[in-house]
Amino acid sequence: MLDQEKWAETVLTVVGLSAVAILGLIILFIFKEGLPAFTQVGLWQFLTGTDWLPSKGKLGILPMIAGSFMVTAGALLIGLPLGLGCAIYLSEFATPRTAALLKPTIELLAGIPSVVFGFIGLTLIVPFIRVFFGGPGFSVLASSLVLGIMILPTMVSVSYDALRAVPLTYREGMLALGASEWQTVKMVVLPAARPGILAAAILAMGRAVGETMAVIMVAGNSAIVPGSVLDPVRTMTSNIALEMGYATGLHRQALFATGVVLFVIISVLNIVARAVVRRK
Amino acid sequence: MKALPISFLARARIYSKRLTWQLVALLIMISIVLTGCRLRSRVGNATITIAGSTSVQPFIELLAEEYARSYPDRPAVNVQGGGSSAGGRAVLTEVAQIGMLSRQPEGPEQELTVIPVAYDALAVVVNPQNPISALSSNKIRAIFSGAVAQWSELDQTKGRIHIVSREEGSGTRAAFDSLIMANADVAARAIVQDSNGAVREIVAHDPHAIGYISLGLVNHRVKAIQVDKVQPTQANCRAGKYTLVRPFLFVVKEPLDAASQEFIDFVLSEYGQKLLAEHGLVAVNSNS
Amino acid sequence: MPREDKIMLFLIRLAAAIAVSVLLFIVGYIIIQGLPTLSLRFLLSSPTDMGRGGGILPGIIGTLTLTLVSILIATPLGVGTAIFLTEYTREGMFANLVRFGTESLAGIPSIIFGLFGFLFFVIRLNMGWSILSGALTLASMILPTIVRTSEEAIRTVPDAYREISFALGASRWQTVTAIVLPTAGPGIVTGIILGLGRAVGETAAVIFTAGSSLRIPRSVLDPVRTLPVHFYILAREGISLNNAYGTAAVLLIAILLINLSAYLVMHRISIRNGGG
Repeated sequence: MLDQEKWAETVLTVVGLSAVAILGLIILFIFKEGLPAFTQVGLWQFLTGTDWLPSKGKLGILPMIAGSFMVTAGALLIGLPLGLGCAIYLSEFATPRTAALLKPTIELLAGIPSVVFGFIGLTLIVPFIRVFFGGPGFSVLASSLVLGIMILPTMVSVSYDALRAVPLTYREGMLALGASEWQTVKMVVLPAARPGILAAAILAMGRAVGETMAVIMVAGNSAIVPGSVLDPVRTMTSNIALEMGYATGLHRQALFATGVVLFVIISVLNIVARAVVRRK
Repeated sequence: MKALPISFLARARIYSKRLTWQLVALLIMISIVLTGCRLRSRVGNATITIAGSTSVQPFIELLAEEYARSYPDRPAVNVQGGGSSAGGRAVLTEVAQIGMLSRQPEGPEQELTVIPVAYDALAVVVNPQNPISALSSNKIRAIFSGAVAQWSELDQTKGRIHIVSREEGSGTRAAFDSLIMANADVAARAIVQDSNGAVREIVAHDPHAIGYISLGLVNHRVKAIQVDKVQPTQANCRAGKYTLVRPFLFVVKEPLDAASQEFIDFVLSEYGQKLLAEHGLVAVNSNS
Repeated sequence: MPREDKIMLFLIRLAAAIAVSVLLFIVGYIIIQGLPTLSLRFLLSSPTDMGRGGGILPGIIGTLTLTLVSILIATPLGVGTAIFLTEYTREGMFANLVRFGTESLAGIPSIIFGLFGFLFFVIRLNMGWSILSGALTLASMILPTIVRTSEEAIRTVPDAYREISFALGASRWQTVTAIVLPTAGPGIVTGIILGLGRAVGETAAVIFTAGSSLRIPRSVLDPVRTLPVHFYILAREGISLNNAYGTAAVLLIAILLINLSAYLVMHRISIRNGGG
């Protein structure tokens, strides 16, 4: 009996370390492949160079860093108000029956694969932008729309949970003081649910920064810092996925180095997210 | 509080035994599988893995389908994309038996044995609505480098030119760079796609677009234009008139296993070459 | 009602209407476009001419085996980690390390998993592009989902259960297997199903590790082209729009069913807990 107990504990400790081990392996392998590019190109040069012409030895990923940020900002600009609005409606204004129907529906839709969003972008959004706004259609705008829609289910479902976690007595107290429904939401519910809503936004942001396939399909992938929302754009993720297949030598290392930069940015986001949620 | 699950001491005995053993069995299984793969030898495998250039891939996929039909008893052929470099790497690390390259071997790939399997012409394509049907190679270079940015600089068509290019490192891009661009760079604002099929799709939908793809992939939805007054056709390539041509290569590691050699023989056979020619490639004259 | 209330309520309703209708539109659009292609023959035949003709049988088999193997790998690791975190360790440095590892893993984009899987499983461990490489990569990716949901489920098991079990002389491990796991079962299953849903729809990580071969796999060491990868290639390269819609419809229906079953399992728990 005692033996079994010891054995179970040992096995579980090892198993418990599996996630840490995988994280360690990922860091080891990606960094090992990517670091030589930093030393050869120079970290500053690599991060701030505006030309990406690997065949000519020009390896600067500023356009991709800018691209990732612009596309993500655009996605949040579209996804946050829609998602939060939807969550507020479901949690505060919808009849219980409507909420009971729509909440699971939206959670079901969280499973739509990102390639499907990309495909909708490619067949409907890109041609629409090309015809009505001009330009090639493959653009910051198209990518932001696709990602903004993609993060909706996460945004709605997580911020809905945060809103529901606000005790009913808060609302009742406010309403008893004569506040209107919206005033109650604005002055009591939203501030109380703020950490949860922030966590939802950060989660959604992480998904948008990390998305690859959907973005490749609609971004146009030009390695330029976009001058307008109708210009094509290349993100860090699509830079990796686009060129990995054919790259050799320094070019290949530079792609892994792009992965390292992406990894660091995402990790910083995660740490911020943990701090925000913990403040609750 | 909720009622406890019934007679949990009885269940305790059953569960602890069953679950423990299931867990142990699963863990053992996983570790066996994990160590097993490390030891797995790929030579003499029941299947052939071919990996590499996405430009070559569709044509070899067709041949692999035909190979399976003609020789159902021979080892099956798996065709992967991944890109020329991934293919070369796969052969070097013995993950694949045959690599497909749409560019010349580089670095460690040069140790491998190179077998040209076909030639592929690059066709410059525009939307069928575009009235332009011929351009000089100088004009094409001017367009792709960004020096000419409006269609009106070439004819009556209005609008900005949307350049569609392939990604850096791809064989198609390398061939286009060396055959057309010379020392000029493709404009940074060019739209970049990672397969010829994707380039074709954009040109097929966008009246202002221009791109370049394998001649074998040209269909009615895009228009291949004359380059320096020569129409891109297989006959013109064979005659040496159309010069935007690059080789499709297999790379293998010696000694090659018999099964892979059989498939390569099939690709190079008169029938295999005829199939490739039917799909728009130019046959290698290995037999003549 | 004050003016601001009216405007805000209108905007909130509008946001909700847009969000819900856009998502439903996407699902409806894909399924309606895909329906004409769907047939038993489409589901049960192999593709011909690079996917221009024929069906998607290898994709279905590939997706099923890939996700099944990845679940088989991720479940013991994930549930084990959850048990370790809840039952076998106190909050402290070590538990924090495990939790930090899990949470960091959850935030890593799938393309990074794809790169890692390619470098480690495909090349370093010489597994090649195969179901196994893909499944191990996917398992690493869905591990955090399973850990988190299992941990939550296990934490809802009342401490009194454990205390009674210990009082009756059961060991810690006996308590876990006889009391904690059965009680937390539905919650754990929900987490596994959610992980499954994520694995089924993944593209970026799979294309780098499981390959894109169109053949029906014979063993876990064969490469596969999963449905999302097949769909991505068909749609992007304009090989066949009809077959692309058909593939996407199958994929969407499968994922909706998977998520629906997760929801139903979860719903049963809340009914049981509410009613009990």
